Amino acid sequence: MYKILKKRDLNPVITLMEVEAPRMAASAKPGQFLIVRAHEKGERIPLTICDFDSSKGTVTIVTQVVGASSRQICHLNEGDSFTDFVGPLGEPSEFVHMSGEKLSGMRFLFIAGGLGTAPVYPQVKFLHSMGASVDVIIGAKSSSLLIFEEEMKAVCNNLYICTDDGSAGRKGLVTEVMKELLEADGLQKGNQHYKCYDHAVAIGPMIMMKFVTLAAKPFGIPLTVSLNTLMVDGTGMCGACRVTVGGKSRFACVEGPEFDAYQVDFEEAMRRQTMYRSIETEADHNCKIGLH
Amino acid sequence: MRNKIPRVPVREQDPLVRAANFEEVSYGYNSQEAMLEASRCLNCKNPLCVPACPVSIRIPDFIREVEEGNFAKAAEIIAQDSSLPSVCGRVCPQESQCEGSCILGIKGEAVAIGKLERFTGDWSRENGVKFTDKAPLNGKKVAIVGSGPAGLACATDLAKIGYDVTIFEVLHEPGGVLQYGIPEFRLPKESVVKTEIENVKALGVKIETNVVVGRTVTIDSLMNDEGFSAVFIGSGAGLPKFMNIPGENLNGVVSANEFLTRNNLMRAYDPSYDTPIYVGKRVAVVGGGNVAMDAARSALRLGAEVTIVYRRTEKELPARVEEVHHAKQEGIVFRMLTNPVEILGDEKGWVRGLKCIRMELGEPDDSGRRSPVPVPDSQFDIETDVVIMSLGTSPNPLIASTTKGLETNRWNCLVADENGQTSRKGVFAGGDAVTGAATVILAMGAGRKAAAAIDAYLKEI
Repeated sequence: MYKILKKRDLNPVITLMEVEAPRMAASAKPGQFLIVRAHEKGERIPLTICDFDSSKGTVTIVTQVVGASSRQICHLNEGDSFTDFVGPLGEPSEFVHMSGEKLSGMRFLFIAGGLGTAPVYPQVKFLHSMGASVDVIIGAKSSSLLIFEEEMKAVCNNLYICTDDGSAGRKGLVTEVMKELLEADGLQKGNQHYKCYDHAVAIGPMIMMKFVTLAAKPFGIPLTVSLNTLMVDGTGMCGACRVTVGGKSRFACVEGPEFDAYQVDFEEAMRRQTMYRSIETEADHNCKIGLH
Repeated sequence: MRNKIPRVPVREQDPLVRAANFEEVSYGYNSQEAMLEASRCLNCKNPLCVPACPVSIRIPDFIREVEEGNFAKAAEIIAQDSSLPSVCGRVCPQESQCEGSCILGIKGEAVAIGKLERFTGDWSRENGVKFTDKAPLNGKKVAIVGSGPAGLACATDLAKIGYDVTIFEVLHEPGGVLQYGIPEFRLPKESVVKTEIENVKALGVKIETNVVVGRTVTIDSLMNDEGFSAVFIGSGAGLPKFMNIPGENLNGVVSANEFLTRNNLMRAYDPSYDTPIYVGKRVAVVGGGNVAMDAARSALRLGAEVTIVYRRTEKELPARVEEVHHAKQEGIVFRMLTNPVEILGDEKGWVRGLKCIRMELGEPDDSGRRSPVPVPDSQFDIETDVVIMSLGTSPNPLIASTTKGLETNRWNCLVADENGQTSRKGVFAGGDAVTGAATVILAMGAGRKAAAAIDAYLKEI
């Protein structure tokens, strides 16, 4: 079970894996996530679902090395198996419940940051297949950290790339590109044949989602974000993932991971992500001297 | 005439030593002690202990065999009604069930039924005794949601009479609350929980882990696409409650479920595991149930000074007396008639203290307990680095929300009759998913009743 059928390093720190998980492949929907354990004594790590193929019975995940546990995942090879692979978890994206007729007339803007490009892909792919019009902004630190460029091109109408150092696309932040697109959108509003963006979705590091939210607010465009909080079980049991949304405490694992961006308390969410960071840094340090 | 001796005491790990390790607190009886204690049983003609047992173990019969030294025979008698004697011998509230009804308890001390059950279960494990007698397969498949006490009991009974049973478990280890909730020092995972679950599997029961019923599969897909003729839902009450007071999302505030899951299921106390856990120097546990005691005693063993904060008096503590006694022995501070009103944070958003108010007992509430009311102007602060919220749990709404026609009440509990029949044909439920958080043995009792009802239902259609 949970055998890694295909492994591909997208760059030195990001790895893609296609994993045998027939039950999950048949039930996964855009917006959902999963939890893996790389070995018997490993943590339960929440990861986004990057793609799924029910006919092949596979689910694709993308992992970036950020600490000891993600390094263990990336060290697994083709033919190895995950000890555990559970999901899909969380609620599917809201648009999954909309009719094809409605979606085919809609226009979406996606803002993807770094590894956040991975969960954006199945959403764009789904919307594209339903006939919606989708523009995507991908931002990364540099060209070497850019992922899914070609795959995304194949399923979106317009792809905008930006990097912090200008090594690919334009030099700058996703917020700048987004503002320009939304401003241009506003200017076109007078044109009766022009269709404005109906909805925007931002997925990436918490800090990026916070600034995208601040930048998007003046435009009054509905914005959804996907929160990558801490989790243990991922099924509503532990409450480690609680976030304040609209002044109420919500569980990102079962009520999310997607929420209305304008209601999210990002400061609290970012602080809560650091709860175990000192302990994890220590574990990572041990790992470097002990295992590598 | 029966042996009129005082109840044989059970040996325990020294409180000061055990406060720093996760080894089991109670050593249990050896065979001499067990035979001696068994000789106290009056073997009543109409035993009151049996009807007081939710799974109706033939208590005097197995105790008579223990007395004679026929431990395998004793184990066989228990196995007819329970597949988890080593578990139940450790975690059942015997004082309010079998032992609470023992005639000897009226004038003196009840027979130590729990300790004898534990001895019998442990003896059969150590001597490799297994009971795998079962009817041939009848060709009918039953799905069970959740591998906790309710699901395991239901699976055992159904497998014995010939059903092809598959349990679907959401976590990576089977056992439910036995695995994630109850700590190692009360219920060893490798030796006790795993072995008794292996015994259930030896009856032919399959356990598929990592399946989220309601997401990976649904009740309907199991029945329509996978050929299960009936489903038993024993998904427990896993959703933690919080107080909804200011500061509850500060770093350092965790639910007892999170704290215990990290430590029990994820073995955070064992440095060879990757799981992080945070206890700081001081821990405050809010609540007074068995789960609060488990969280407090776990935090103590991880090196913290621990205070239990409870809004009523010690008399009203819902935890078992034995657990409270053990917690006190180990050095846990109890602050009764105290209720948190706010969690205080430092400038970086980490917990620094708990603002509390003193309480006094007022008029009895619906449950008959005198309800606590705040004493005006009595606020004070307790310094602490971690706050563990142990206020009870409720059932996860996921299954009900993904199964059409499955009725729930206002506490998200599934509605089922005394035999476990839900509002959906062929769908049965029992344990905490129906009653809200209760005990291991009540869940097992509900699992057994549902197994009988499922058998009756499937024979009819």
